[in-house]
Amino acid sequence: MGHLRGKLLPPALAIVFSLLLCGVALIISGANPLSAFGAMVTQVGKGTTFVDILNSTGIYYVAALAVAIGFQMNLFNIGVEGQYRVAAVVAAVVGGSIALPTGIHTLVIIIVAAIAGAAWAAIPAILKVTRGVNEVISTIMMNGLAIGLSAYLIRRDVFGELRGNNIRTAEIPESGWMPGISFGGSGTMFGFIFVAIALGIGYWIMMNKTRFGFELRASGESSTAASAGGVNSKKMVLVAMLLSGAIAGLISLPELLGRDHTFSLNFTAGIGFSGIAIALLGRNHPGGIAFGALLWAFLDKSGLALDNVGVPREIVTIMQGSIVLSVVVAYEVVRRFELASEQRRVGRELGTVGGAA
Amino acid sequence: MSSSTSARTDDPPAVVLTGITKRFPGVVANSDVHLTVRRGEVHALCGENGAGKSTLMKILYGMQPPDEGTIEVNGEQVRFRTPSDAIKAGIGMVHQHFMLADNLTVQENVVLGAEALHGIGKKARARIIELSGRTGLNVDPGVLVEQLGVADRQRVEILKVLYRGAKVIILDEPTAVLVPQEVNELFDTVRGMQEQGYTFLFISHKLDEVRAIADSVTVIRRGTTVGSADPKTVSSRQLAEMMVGSELPSPETRESTVTDTVVLDVKGLKLMTPDGTRPILDDVDMVVRSGEVVGIAGVEGNGQTELVETIMGMRKAGSGTITLQDKDLTKLGTLARREAGIGYIPEDRHRHGLLLTQPLWYNRILGYQTRKPTAKGIWLDTDGAKKDTERIVTEFDVRTPGIDVPAAALSGGNQQKLVVGRELSGDPVLLIASHPTRGVDVGAQALIWDEIKRARAAGLAVLLISADLDELIGLSDTIKVMLRGRLVADADPNTVTPEDLGSAMTGAGSTSAAVQETAVVEEGEN
Repeated sequence: MGHLRGKLLPPALAIVFSLLLCGVALIISGANPLSAFGAMVTQVGKGTTFVDILNSTGIYYVAALAVAIGFQMNLFNIGVEGQYRVAAVVAAVVGGSIALPTGIHTLVIIIVAAIAGAAWAAIPAILKVTRGVNEVISTIMMNGLAIGLSAYLIRRDVFGELRGNNIRTAEIPESGWMPGISFGGSGTMFGFIFVAIALGIGYWIMMNKTRFGFELRASGESSTAASAGGVNSKKMVLVAMLLSGAIAGLISLPELLGRDHTFSLNFTAGIGFSGIAIALLGRNHPGGIAFGALLWAFLDKSGLALDNVGVPREIVTIMQGSIVLSVVVAYEVVRRFELASEQRRVGRELGTVGGAA
Repeated sequence: MSSSTSARTDDPPAVVLTGITKRFPGVVANSDVHLTVRRGEVHALCGENGAGKSTLMKILYGMQPPDEGTIEVNGEQVRFRTPSDAIKAGIGMVHQHFMLADNLTVQENVVLGAEALHGIGKKARARIIELSGRTGLNVDPGVLVEQLGVADRQRVEILKVLYRGAKVIILDEPTAVLVPQEVNELFDTVRGMQEQGYTFLFISHKLDEVRAIADSVTVIRRGTTVGSADPKTVSSRQLAEMMVGSELPSPETRESTVTDTVVLDVKGLKLMTPDGTRPILDDVDMVVRSGEVVGIAGVEGNGQTELVETIMGMRKAGSGTITLQDKDLTKLGTLARREAGIGYIPEDRHRHGLLLTQPLWYNRILGYQTRKPTAKGIWLDTDGAKKDTERIVTEFDVRTPGIDVPAAALSGGNQQKLVVGRELSGDPVLLIASHPTRGVDVGAQALIWDEIKRARAAGLAVLLISADLDELIGLSDTIKVMLRGRLVADADPNTVTPEDLGSAMTGAGSTSAAVQETAVVEEGEN
């Protein structure tokens, strides 16, 4: 019971706290917080919002998983943003230039995206392992390079083509698409969401049931104890980073395979950074991340309704920011409290002086 | 009684602690502690590791507030919020682990944080030189601390508290880092300062030292003061029984079980400092046989830690070979070495032995993530790990309400029993035990000694590193002395005394037939 409380209490507290904070911000800016929140909730039932939220959740979920793998061993892969951008353009180029049977074509695109993401992550990983370069700095710089590289690759004299006033890669033939589930007027759910769910299950099994997951968690908990226990820290950095990059490579696939079929200037950016926030919110737990991704997607999509009631929708950004900030604080407070109460309990049951004496 | 003594007793005592209680989660803290220190005396506070001595001193020094109880200094009740409050009241503390910046000079170290007293220039220097004489420190204040030996560093620590105007000086386990000869010098210094009117609170668990230096003794056990004694009349045995409340355990092993089978063979092992200028391990040759305990004696920082970590594969040797039962380990990683049959009790269980926030059964897997009963192929066997953790908890008497509590919730002794139990699992052929009983209570110490002896009798080879010379002499079949990265002497544990060992550990040369030098050490750069 206490265990569950320790896991659920912090995010609940954080959400309540950030709601209050945003309410105060809304009042200061002269709006009625209740009507604003009400508009956001009712928006879910309107038009394609519900399906949009589901689709966004799937994308955010994959992004947060990619970040979480690094977080498990205190590796801050800030470069998810760049990794999925590079993977998206490479996957779009490869997917648009080959002809394969239906299904296999899709599979090849997925594999190419994963490899491209891993390859982009390999550079900071190798730098860290061989030269001790901090991965935060190198991955941030790689993000900048990724923007340049993707812009170069879709130039008309490289792989791009001009359509209207948009530059994009060649369209992936229908054999490489991934069909979704249509809800008629309410939109189409990406088929890739099922891949995201499978990734979440795979992630849970890896973290809890395999030797690799154990070594990852041990390295994150105490790198010194892990190395004394025979965990090769360099290998772990390399593998975790590559895995994180590979999953990051999949982030853009729901849109690429399910809707856009091409990489263009309209590419959705910023998901990698949201993934960091969601992984923090979900405590790297596959269930927690799912909840965080859903919350994030809800705020994103329902926030559009705020314009209708005369509230700037940037209030959503404030809410997202304050949730992350307060959840990090809340987890730490609850963690310390739980450890102390656990120690007290052990002390009491064993009757040492330190207990309830 | 001389008149001066009676005059002193008329004064209010230097320090009175009344009814001090401090609660900590899960560990022995203080409960209803009473302590009276008269002015100008050396008052010893005795107790086993973990009895609550350090906590009490932290309370007196203002590092932690007591939950209950009062502190009086010179008859006035005080309330310390920070150490600087305690310093203002004339209380100074010399910590067990030195708090000095090696790359600063003696003067800079002393003045650091107390610049307001005499500035940082000539006035400060003059004051330091004046005080140096009282501590027996005979070095120029401009000398870098890194060039000083352990004993002189300790004097710098004492100098620091004197400079800040301390009249009551707490010495927290001051002899733990010293060899016997240096201990005598320290005691001379303490006696000299006592005559000049300083009061000392001497914390120790070494009874001979307490009886040699103290004017009165207060014994603390399981967090509470159990009584006072006059060191002139009390015997070590009586004191010890006050401390532990029961019979003392003995580390001694009876008959030899050493065989001819070589288990660990280290040849020409070399390790350089990261900048490559100085050897940390210099041509180390060593053999450990089945059923043999080889003890390594040495002042801390002479390469013992590095030797262990190199044998474990956590550091990469520059040259040399490590062979375990005819299997060359030199190029293998830590995991492969563990799989080859090495169990490892690290010197710092928090840093190297445990995942503190994880449950006990999860800790059972650490180091065994590729082997039965905790793993099957790439999969963890959590049921197997839990079952085997239950076994360790029972066999090694780990006091815990269950195997699902985080390791951090256990007391130090129980954490160590868990580590020892884990490292003796899976039939190791070699056990590397670094300070296996450091910071654990007497009960755990006795159990750990028993388990090591039993495993040795069953043919285990043991490499033992310990700063506790009694433990080393009692458990070992062979003792090797390590100095500046080299094994410089062999000692026979049946005849050697801690004093002989201490002399060999400092490089003072052989003083006894029980210690035989095996290598000549060129004088260091000092």
